[in-house]
Amino acid sequence: MSEKTAERVANATPVHIARKIKGLSDRTIAWIFVGPTIFLLLAINIFPLIWTVNLSFTNFKANRINRAIDYVGLRNYERILTDTDVWLSMQATAHFLFWTIFFQVLIGFTLAWLINKKFKGNDLWTTIIVLPMMLSPAVVGNFWTFLYQPQIGLFNYVVAFLTGRDASSFEMLGSVDLAPWSIVIVDTWMWTPFVMLICLAGLRSIPDYIYEAAEVDRASKLRQFFTITIPMVLPFLMLAVLFRGIENFKMFDLVVQLTGGGPGSTTELASIHLKREAFEKWRTGYSSALAIILFVTVFGLASIYVKALNKVKGK
Amino acid sequence: MRILKLATAGALALSAASFANTAQAEDLTLCWAAWDPANALVELSKEFEAESGHKMSFEFVPWPNFADRILNELNSGGKLCDLLIGDSQWIGGGAENGHYVKLNDFFDKENISMGDFADATVYAYSTWPKGTPNYYALPAMGDANGWFYRKDWFARDDIRKAFKEETGRELGEPKTQKELLEIAQFFQEREIDGQKVYGAAIFTERGSEGITMGVTGALYPWGFKYENTPGKYDMEGAVNSPEAVEALEFYKELYKTATPPGYTNSYMGESLDAFKSGQVAMAMNWFAFFPGLYADPNTGGDKIDFFVNPPQNTEGSTLGGQGISVVAYSDKQDAALEYIKWFAQPDVQAKWWGLGGYSAHNSVLNDPGFKDSAPFAGDFLLAMQNVKDFWQEPAYAELLLAMQKRLHDYIVADKGTAQEALDLLVEDWTEVFQDEGKL
Repeated sequence: MSEKTAERVANATPVHIARKIKGLSDRTIAWIFVGPTIFLLLAINIFPLIWTVNLSFTNFKANRINRAIDYVGLRNYERILTDTDVWLSMQATAHFLFWTIFFQVLIGFTLAWLINKKFKGNDLWTTIIVLPMMLSPAVVGNFWTFLYQPQIGLFNYVVAFLTGRDASSFEMLGSVDLAPWSIVIVDTWMWTPFVMLICLAGLRSIPDYIYEAAEVDRASKLRQFFTITIPMVLPFLMLAVLFRGIENFKMFDLVVQLTGGGPGSTTELASIHLKREAFEKWRTGYSSALAIILFVTVFGLASIYVKALNKVKGK
Repeated sequence: MRILKLATAGALALSAASFANTAQAEDLTLCWAAWDPANALVELSKEFEAESGHKMSFEFVPWPNFADRILNELNSGGKLCDLLIGDSQWIGGGAENGHYVKLNDFFDKENISMGDFADATVYAYSTWPKGTPNYYALPAMGDANGWFYRKDWFARDDIRKAFKEETGRELGEPKTQKELLEIAQFFQEREIDGQKVYGAAIFTERGSEGITMGVTGALYPWGFKYENTPGKYDMEGAVNSPEAVEALEFYKELYKTATPPGYTNSYMGESLDAFKSGQVAMAMNWFAFFPGLYADPNTGGDKIDFFVNPPQNTEGSTLGGQGISVVAYSDKQDAALEYIKWFAQPDVQAKWWGLGGYSAHNSVLNDPGFKDSAPFAGDFLLAMQNVKDFWQEPAYAELLLAMQKRLHDYIVADKGTAQEALDLLVEDWTEVFQDEGKL
């Protein structure tokens, strides 16, 4: 800001306010502005976090407020780390996370690459492709349960038509083998457009002159793709992976609507397991410890990933 | 002038009286599950509103969310509900956590005798600790898990003939659990009037209580016990007894060989849908739904009949139903108690049954005309003689969710054997009772 502008702004301050704040240092004024935000941040984020850490060392149950609270040391953490159900839910989460990101990046990038070509109806196709991510996850989960229904579901009929199998001979949501894939399919259907949009932004940010220079150097299309397109879109792709990774690690609504974590506990992701422990079994101390473990895991992985992302961007 | 004074005094007296009435009238909220009997209760309560001047509001929550929603409300000391018709298993937690008002003094004062209600319902819906004369609810809605079937299909000559050829016996209401399985398997994927039908709609739901309520319908007839010695929590050898293993294997066979495709997460609604859409020959569900099923224009009337959960080694039905309690956090406890006093009257209980609610009052149940008052009334009486309920401990939610998981893992997800599932269940329950300090 130039000196003149600063002077103009200072003169524009009403006299009665100017009188009141006269004598306050810049630092004090800064604190006055930032203070409420810091207070809210402490009240809404930091205090609950500290409280959760505290609860994680107790046997507290939120539905038994009359019961004495005992400190149990690291027992909750020990129980969680030796609980096979927790490990199974982590495995289910890892399966879901890996395959959704894999398919979303693959299909999303391909779609972006196709949409980036100039053709008639380009805008219309973009709008159509983007539609699924505008829907509510609860709605998506609900109508996919109908699509997967073995007797009347469209999905089963399409598969039956393509493979010649009987439509009611397989159950996408009820089979232990197919249920983990059924949630991957729905999440991919819903969120691939998001990855596509980010990739599209990346593709459109590549200046044409780089391709023109490559053409002059007689680089093949394949060479251009691997030496120009992929490296320049990579930071965008990595950002998309980060967003989808964090989102899918805490995935809850869509999967609850589709399978409720079943059959058995086949699709019981970490967040569903946590919800059951915290708000159905009311094991507040135990679930606080589980929440802390999940938080540290996500935070750690995200930090490593962001470092890698910055390295790629630096290159 | 004198007339004017009198008129003024009269007007003042009238307005004072009406003010007094207004001051006493309360707006009471009754919380319950959203299902057929709840609508009947709305109708019934209009009489209470007219008599008392209180206004009744209702908060009905769909069954799959009922426990979550209401227990959250109670745990947070919420004032949403003045009266609560809570599930029978909540009574332990309701009493020990101070959510429900103890009703003994009120019953004594108002001459309400628990002896006027069916013993099984008082035991299950009202008392904590179990069987002691400490009352936290008035039996409001008797219920048990029963069965209904397509009477018209069972009566068809071609079907009867085919059944006789296949099994060597006459087709009729099953007298044992194994007969039930045989009939269900007979109907499985059979073509009737050009449509493929299936054997039976049973409970397999994972999220709340569905599969446990269904499986206990098999466990109890096989003689299942929660403890070797009541009150000792000694579950080893009882919960995972050979009979319990056999019953669990039976339920899995019923699920695998005689239910419609995709029936992996089904409870009350799915059972009703499967039957009403003509998909299944038989279905299990709570007696509470039977009046509605009988009245259904497509599959009710002459096309439907009902039977009590068949015995195997012994008689046994899964208990449903609820008692009505006054919520301890309510500011309108006096008016709520007034409602309970009104509801306990024999003539109100008779109207309750007439509207489709299942009264637990002896004056209704012992009435000579009761058995013939509805096609399912006799079966209801029979079922209520042999009902058993799940744990009613304050830690019931943990106990229930553990059972939901172990059963669904074994039956639907094909994980392990029945013996392993029940052994793991004993481990889970032991851990819960250890945490509770009861073991």
